Amino acid sequence: MATRGVSSGIAETRETIAWRLATVVDIVTETPRARTLVLDVPGWLGHRAGQHVDVRLTAEDGYQAERSYSIASAPEDPRIALTVQRLDDGEVSPYLTDVLRAGDRLELRGPIGGYFVWTVGLGGPLLVVAGGSGIVPLMAMLRHRAIALATANMQTRHVVPARLLYSARRWGDVFYRDELARLAEHDETLEVTFTLTHEAPPGWTGFQRRIDRMMLAEVAWPPAERPHVFVCGPTPMVEAAAAALVELGHDAAGLKTERFGPTGGAT
Amino acid sequence: MEAEELRLDGNAAAGILSEVLVPDVTTARARCAGCGAMREMGALLVYPHGMGIVIRCPSCDAVILRIARTRTQLLLDLSGATLLVIPR
Repeated sequence: MATRGVSSGIAETRETIAWRLATVVDIVTETPRARTLVLDVPGWLGHRAGQHVDVRLTAEDGYQAERSYSIASAPEDPRIALTVQRLDDGEVSPYLTDVLRAGDRLELRGPIGGYFVWTVGLGGPLLVVAGGSGIVPLMAMLRHRAIALATANMQTRHVVPARLLYSARRWGDVFYRDELARLAEHDETLEVTFTLTHEAPPGWTGFQRRIDRMMLAEVAWPPAERPHVFVCGPTPMVEAAAAALVELGHDAAGLKTERFGPTGGAT
Repeated sequence: MEAEELRLDGNAAAGILSEVLVPDVTTARARCAGCGAMREMGALLVYPHGMGIVIRCPSCDAVILRIARTRTQLLLDLSGATLLVIPR
């Protein structure tokens, strides 16, 4: 009897990562190269902020290509949102950004990855450092935090203050600009800092260089505050930022990274 | 392209590993056969290639795990891990 119980338990948990057929309910243009796919996923059991899904495309001849995309939406949102940046030589992303339309179906499995996740229950302070499209899983964390805190008391709000340092090539490449501005405007415990590495609009007073140690010393919480740190972006950016944070005295064990690989180079 | 630019985190391997191990392997801990370091899988380094992935230790660069997919089989080489601790 015990054995049967165990095996049925395994079958139930395995079901959570089965391939599912999602329906595209909306497509939002974020930047000239990036779109958010809003998906209805039948049987979706929910996710935690920071997790991703695997998307699988199958060609007529049976050839399959599979890629991972971070979930941008908060766990509280019944639909899941993926923001996808088009890679010009990509096998999967150009289909997702240019071909897919509302009403189309898309095969995916998830949520995947319990390592790079944050929930309000883990506490703060929270430091999230994004390079380019690396903002996506971090946005899920900030959206989750905003929803959770909207219903929390003042004491909780001050227990989980958050800072975002977001590096992009130019202002037009920044995802979720209006929403980030709105979130920061209504929340004194959220600080959003941008750095633009290639080109800044006239009158820009913010940072204009790649993320470095000096910038992190200025923006990050002091190591003594023991922040939860999440860094996501292209591999060279993530490794530079993580190394700088460790040099500043942050505990490498409390610092979680998600490298996106060479997705469009320097940010 | 430099090999180091293709380096990803253990998270990137979670999908394919869920096919042979548990649904979420990123919070499982693996002990490196090369140096003995014990880390969460999500903190290991993933090098994707055409057929699958190679997972290396961030401390000593030894190969901890390899997984490859063919049309009919999944091949898993765990000889670089002396211990795998999977949360229940």
